[in-house]
Amino acid sequence: MRVVVCIKQVPDTTEIKIDPRTNTLKREGVKGIINPYDKNALELALQLREKHGGKVTVLSMGPPQAKEALREAMAMGADEVILISDRAFGGSDTLATSYTLARAIERLQGFDLVLLGKQAIDGDTGQVGPGVAEHLGIGQVTYARLVEVEGSRVKVHREGEGEVHLVEGELPLLITVTEEINKPRYPSVRGMLRARKAEIPVWSAEDLGVDLNRIGLQGSPTQVKKVFTPPAGPGGEILEGAPEQVAAELVEKLKEMRAI
Amino acid sequence: MAIKIISEACTGCGECLEVCPFPGAVRMVNEKAQLTDECTSCGACRDACGFEAILFDGDVERVEREDLSRYRGVWVYAEQDHGSLLPVSLELIGKGRELADNLGQELSVVLLGSGLQAVVDELSHYDIDRLYVADDPVLTSYRSEAYAGVMADLIQEERPNIILLGATANGRDLAPRVAARVKTGLTADCTGLEIEAGSGLLLQTRPAFGGNIMATIVCPNHRPQMATVRPGVLPRTGPNAVARDVDLVRIPCKVTESGLPTRFIQVVESVSKRVNLPEAKVIVAGGRGLGDAKGFALLKELADALGGEVGASRAAVDAGWIGKEHQVGQTGTTVAPKLYIACGISGAVQHLAGMQGSDVVVAINSDPEAPIFDVCTYGIVGDLYQVVPAFLAKLKENKQQQAVS
Ligand SMILES: Cc1cc2nc3c(=O)[nH]c(=O)nc-3n(C[C@H](O)[C@H](O)[C@H](O)COP(=O)(O)OP(=O)(O)OC[C@H]3O[C@@H](n4cnc5c(N)ncnc54)[C@H](O)[C@@H]3O)c2cc1C
Ligand SMILES: Nc1ncnc2c1ncn2[C@@H]1O[C@H](COP(=O)(O)O)[C@@H](O)[C@H]1O
Repeated sequence: MRVVVCIKQVPDTTEIKIDPRTNTLKREGVKGIINPYDKNALELALQLREKHGGKVTVLSMGPPQAKEALREAMAMGADEVILISDRAFGGSDTLATSYTLARAIERLQGFDLVLLGKQAIDGDTGQVGPGVAEHLGIGQVTYARLVEVEGSRVKVHREGEGEVHLVEGELPLLITVTEEINKPRYPSVRGMLRARKAEIPVWSAEDLGVDLNRIGLQGSPTQVKKVFTPPAGPGGEILEGAPEQVAAELVEKLKEMRAI
Repeated sequence: MAIKIISEACTGCGECLEVCPFPGAVRMVNEKAQLTDECTSCGACRDACGFEAILFDGDVERVEREDLSRYRGVWVYAEQDHGSLLPVSLELIGKGRELADNLGQELSVVLLGSGLQAVVDELSHYDIDRLYVADDPVLTSYRSEAYAGVMADLIQEERPNIILLGATANGRDLAPRVAARVKTGLTADCTGLEIEAGSGLLLQTRPAFGGNIMATIVCPNHRPQMATVRPGVLPRTGPNAVARDVDLVRIPCKVTESGLPTRFIQVVESVSKRVNLPEAKVIVAGGRGLGDAKGFALLKELADALGGEVGASRAAVDAGWIGKEHQVGQTGTTVAPKLYIACGISGAVQHLAGMQGSDVVVAINSDPEAPIFDVCTYGIVGDLYQVVPAFLAKLKENKQQQAVS
């Protein structure tokens, strides 16, 4: 089985802090990581390969330093990793990104399954997966927390609104996964050695033969008009005193506000 | 690079450095800003620059600009599940009405599924001008390919200006597939939607970087302008007593079973029946500060006394103290109760992203520096195991007093 996994390198958003004085993002020391859910997608791919044989290819579209994420993917066990990188891709929104990734996937020697994370933690959109499926013209199942493949049939448990659904599909299929599906493995020492030495191929816009009007900023219908830090809360009224005293005060305040 | 700095115009003020969300993407060289390979052309610096020294390469006109004025009307996708309308659909109708009135355009609702007569009747009690209905057995259960096919055909035929969808599991599955098919922009999880005076563009505001920053997104040159909104973010509109004379348009469903790559088989697990956070008036939420699963029994007691539900931070869920269906936040449920009581929760942005819409927030935390105190209405610095029981006791006292008076 040939499995393609799309991973994104993202800033570790848990590490991002707002500077309370300047009200801006503190960036020092925030490192790039593989988007957590993409690791779940890669883990699933590796498990499927262990069970059914085949090959796992990992793609990432991003600036040159995204090679680090791809090396980590290789250290975890990916057979092949490819960086899709070109200044012309800069500023891509989810539509342009999914178009570009789909063209890259088509350039591979065939595929059965395309796996992605449910969303990337920098933008949290979850739009790239369905976009890639549409551009490839294949079926999609999002928010999977269990995936089983038997021949060309795929069984998926999908997280719906307060429900889990059993959905069946036919290969080729695109699936996005949640963190519930598995626990990603750590890179092996052998994997790390292999990854350190590996030459990572880089595919440019020209290599992909993409329509230049559909990539990067040109190909992105959405534009960021304004970015701002959310206004910091004014801070609440702190009630002080012994527990009984503050509890009584709180009850009174909440009654006044008609909150209870 | 898709973004460039006009060196002559740059004053080296450093504003771009301040707003850039990407570490190392901008640096100062000889008091001029310079972009490095880390730059993703997100445009944050372009908008912040007070000297017009930062421009997009793409600030040039699009070649084949379509006649956008042909796209008219606001659409709301009304999500239903086997004949019952999801609350988020009603939240969107309220916002859709406001946007439509602002533009002087019509509000239409799109309803897909099968056996929909009851939902059609229900919707006719809301302030909508038109209702498109595709009622077909092939649409019985949600499936990306079937629903996207019907939606995209309808969009191409009717040319709406704006489409709003709920950011539910299905809405977030459907919207990007449709947007990719009709080749337009889509903004996920908007918390603010308004029409820009003058341009008439839809200003779509959403959190990014885990809620660390907010971004306002526009889709100037493509139609429709599409956005999803999470359930619970917008206020819900109520029904009118009398049904309106809604223009009902039945749309044919060209999708057939044989062409579809996926099949819904059955529900294997239901978690929502036990807890209904989006609807709750009061939520008592617990975090890692509870220390163990038993702490939730205390919170449950408080929630019951207030007629509310129990919520949790992700840390508490990850620790296995309570089910994921209780999680509030960016990756949990978005809530907006009248009263939110956070016990032993630090107030990480990802948590705040899900509860900041609450009317009154009470924070109980032993650490006076906890960020939750920045967003609370009332804060109590102290051990929740002392404060919560005392609060419970006072509530009971209060109830008794009310009973006698
Ligand atoms: C992609 C992503 C998505 C996320 N999504 C979510 C989400 O949806 N929801 C969410 O909640 N988190 C989410 N998180 C996690 C989030 O970043 C925080 O880690 C989490 O919210 C912390 O939970 P907490 O406040 O319970 O724990 P902590 O941060 O450990 O805080 C515990 C607090 O309890 C206080 N405390 C300890 N003992 C007592 C006591 N006896 N009495 C009173 N106070 C006490 C401490 O002072 C401390 O402030 C997400 C993270 C990532 C990376
Ligand atoms: N630049 C990218 N390169 C590779 N995969 C990506 C990229 N952007 C997004 N993805 C994939 O799409 C998923 C959803 O991303 P998003 O739609 O941005 O939330 C991620 O979890 C990744 O699997």
